[in-house]
Amino acid sequence: MIDRRLWGQLDTRLIILTVALMVIGIFNLYSANVNIPGEEGSFYQRQLLWFGIGILLALAVFLIDYRYYEEFAYPFYFAVLVILVAVFIYGLMAGGGQRWIKLGFFYLQPSELMKIALIFALARYFAQREREEGYRLRDLFVPAIITMVPTVLILKQPDLGTAMVMVFIFSSIVMFVKIRFRSFLMIATSIVLATPFFWFALKEYQRTRILTFLNPDMDPLGAGYHIIQSKIAVGSGGIWGKGYLQGTQCKLHFLPEHHTDFIFAVLGEEWGFVGCAVVLGLFLGLILWGLTRGMRTQDRFGAIVAFGVTAMIFWHVVINVGMVVGMMPVVGLPLPFLSYGGSSAVVMLIGIGLLLNVRARRYIF
Amino acid sequence: MISFTMARQRRDPEGFRPRYQYFVFAAVVIFVIFFVRLWYLQVIKEQEFRLLSEHNRIRLIKIPAVRGMIMDRAGRVMADNRPSFNVLVTPEDVDDLQGLTNTLAPVLDLSPDEIAHTLKDRDRPPFQPVAIKRDVSWEELSFIKNHRLDLPGVEIQIVPIRTYPYDTVAAHVLGFVGEINRDELRKRKGYQMGDWIGKSGVELMWEEYLRGIDGGRQVEVDAVGKELRVLKEVPPVAGNQLYLTIDLDLQQYGEQLLGKRAGAIIAMDPLTGEVLAFCSSPPFRPALFAEGISAQEWEQLVSDPLHPLQNRGIQGLYAPGSVFKIVTAAAGLEEGVIRPHTFFNCTGIHYVGRRGYQCWRSGGHGAVRFYRGLVESCDVYFYNVGERLGVKKLSRYAEGFGLGRPTGIDLPDEKGGLVPTEDWKQERFGERWYAGETVSLAIGQSYLLVTPLQLLTLISAVANGGTVIKPLIAKRVEDLDNKILEEYPTKEISKVPISSETLGELREALLGVVKEDSGTGRAARVEGLEIAGKTGTAQVIGLQGGGRQQTQEMTYQFRDHAWFVAYVPADTPFAVVVLVEHGGHGGSAAAPLAREMIKRYFHHSQGEK
Repeated sequence: MIDRRLWGQLDTRLIILTVALMVIGIFNLYSANVNIPGEEGSFYQRQLLWFGIGILLALAVFLIDYRYYEEFAYPFYFAVLVILVAVFIYGLMAGGGQRWIKLGFFYLQPSELMKIALIFALARYFAQREREEGYRLRDLFVPAIITMVPTVLILKQPDLGTAMVMVFIFSSIVMFVKIRFRSFLMIATSIVLATPFFWFALKEYQRTRILTFLNPDMDPLGAGYHIIQSKIAVGSGGIWGKGYLQGTQCKLHFLPEHHTDFIFAVLGEEWGFVGCAVVLGLFLGLILWGLTRGMRTQDRFGAIVAFGVTAMIFWHVVINVGMVVGMMPVVGLPLPFLSYGGSSAVVMLIGIGLLLNVRARRYIF
Repeated sequence: MISFTMARQRRDPEGFRPRYQYFVFAAVVIFVIFFVRLWYLQVIKEQEFRLLSEHNRIRLIKIPAVRGMIMDRAGRVMADNRPSFNVLVTPEDVDDLQGLTNTLAPVLDLSPDEIAHTLKDRDRPPFQPVAIKRDVSWEELSFIKNHRLDLPGVEIQIVPIRTYPYDTVAAHVLGFVGEINRDELRKRKGYQMGDWIGKSGVELMWEEYLRGIDGGRQVEVDAVGKELRVLKEVPPVAGNQLYLTIDLDLQQYGEQLLGKRAGAIIAMDPLTGEVLAFCSSPPFRPALFAEGISAQEWEQLVSDPLHPLQNRGIQGLYAPGSVFKIVTAAAGLEEGVIRPHTFFNCTGIHYVGRRGYQCWRSGGHGAVRFYRGLVESCDVYFYNVGERLGVKKLSRYAEGFGLGRPTGIDLPDEKGGLVPTEDWKQERFGERWYAGETVSLAIGQSYLLVTPLQLLTLISAVANGGTVIKPLIAKRVEDLDNKILEEYPTKEISKVPISSETLGELREALLGVVKEDSGTGRAARVEGLEIAGKTGTAQVIGLQGGGRQQTQEMTYQFRDHAWFVAYVPADTPFAVVVLVEHGGHGGSAAAPLAREMIKRYFHHSQGEK
């Protein structure tokens, strides 16, 4: 099943885009943590290790024909679901949020892996049930369950960001595989109609929480303060930035998550508009690659997987950058390849491996 | 740029082709919005943000919440707050840190090294002010106020600080507050370095209710850290008010009675379990911790041989001595090894094998029946009862009365004591249980260890008809609008496995302890009140070494602990335990204190309940 010619089918453009983002990510991470007592240098080194592991896994994912993944899509989904439930129950017993499971020497965040499992499961479902005229509401019932079960568990962890990405991946794929216009209208109107009832059913403090989420200014001591500091960091960068390692705002702990969720602010401060534009350009290139070259296959499963991975990367970028520039609610979500985080780095690289996989086998049908 | 326009010429998977043009379009639009937004922030607004970033012009200043008050049962304030002034320095705002240190040191009565050390805290986030001195005096305060312009980077912060209006009264119940440490920071959510937190007593147990919600201000400052304007402000929410079951008057009285002696007096309502007084002596000053305890003061507290920080009521472990005869008596009657008229002959000594165990009255009591056995606390009588019961049954009844486990009072670090068994001894010492240890156990010696509060729940069980109840320290929590948030109802823990006949015999004999002229507890007698009680004299050194010595002749550490437990079977029943460490005989050292507590309760506090 491993063909020598397969190596020739590795898509260099995607690899260049990914490597460029990873290199920027490492340099930026170094800057984010340099000169901070107790953090000096440690994060970028560990991130390098994670990238190494991620690249090896991406290669492994690439080498195995993705049609095998179609066969194992459901078992894989259930296996990850079981881990997720295990972590959830363990978390309940430990009293409080639990996102991690310890596997030997490292911690696994099953919710990250769940995104890939969800893409596989949805891709398999829609690949095998083709509807020329588009899917009806009742066709969406099973995929909705497939999505909601892990999403609710992730939401309870609580990891609002990942839960949102799960729902967005589902919605994107549904739009992609074509839903009937009438069904779409029905979903849209019922959501619009249900919102007020839902709103009045909420308790006062729950409403406050949602309002604060939508408008961080209502929480000037928490999210509102972070957003202001993040905007100051990005804005003070100007066109050319303050220069590498010259940022002050982000290094000074005003952003509690400066090396994870607010890493883009570090970039914005030190590299200015030019740096931000380059990185956003690379992301856009990656996403457009996924939407064009990446999906160019005759196989429905392959196309949906490629689209799903692209959607996953897209939503991560949009939610994260939107938060940093103060356009979206504050949700903890890593920026692919730039934010520090082992599970995120590994899963994003697995996603790249899948994109390469589908791309390399586009002619076999 | 990536050539996505080429896509059209290739084959499509069924039907996906037309729609992904929309996705491409959507992605491009969203990214364009981002570019525009970044342009707005980084190019159009650059100057504004650069200015704000230069000296971290926007800062978050915390407004600590006022901690909830703690009241006694009648609403008298036992823990309050007062304003205090801290001197803060933001090192980043100071050009000449050395000069400032040298200026401030003599004014604040600190050495320049001390100030430098405080300012060098590695964990401090930049631009976060450091308190170099807390709770400064008026002189210090006015100096800094008057020289404000010459002291850039120095601010005065007004914060509430915990005070205890009655100073040392009920110190062990109230506990104290202090700055949060690393350990607590790791375990608790929603705290930051520098926050205050309850460290012991009800301050710790009711921390969640008492702490309130901190507020804060987002402020814009100038280049030397002076506040220019407040951008946003969230007012703090004061903590809730905690009403204790303690009767302040009785509490103070109990502490006066103990005076300088080490010991404990605890009183409660045996029906509800509400603790009315909880005195542990010697006390400490809880406010000391809020004001910032010095290393020297701390050293003094922990090296004091009388351990003032220890709450003797729940952390002091002592042999119960003859008080335990209540358990032996109940077990003996209930198991049928004795009846009320069963008599044993006390010659002043009882032999187990070849070893003699003495009665406290060296001449002996002669022929003794149950009633007189308990009233005069005849050791030989209970050696006999214990021998007939055996260690298994004795320890089972001891546990039945609530010994060997914490009472469950809502105070931290309560000890459970020890009820020895054969298995326990085998495991602990790798030795079997000896018959002589059983007779020792029967009069409350051997390995048996109890806390004063356990003996109070024991005597309360006798008073209330055989129920071991949870002692309650808090009555209710109210918010600032006096809405009740939480109430603490009476909680039954377990039933003592004895019949009402046994209980009746026991009660009659315990009344005799105080009533009879030969009773060991006659010193507790109060005109016009029926009082049931039991004395106890817990040996600190073993029985061997010949007869008992006079208390005055012994060195302090070797003197016996004096116990007295009592209850008053009135309409509003009352139970009390007195322990005087190394006080000598229970009848002479502890019983009079119990008498005074009972008198005080029935003559003074009745009206205020």
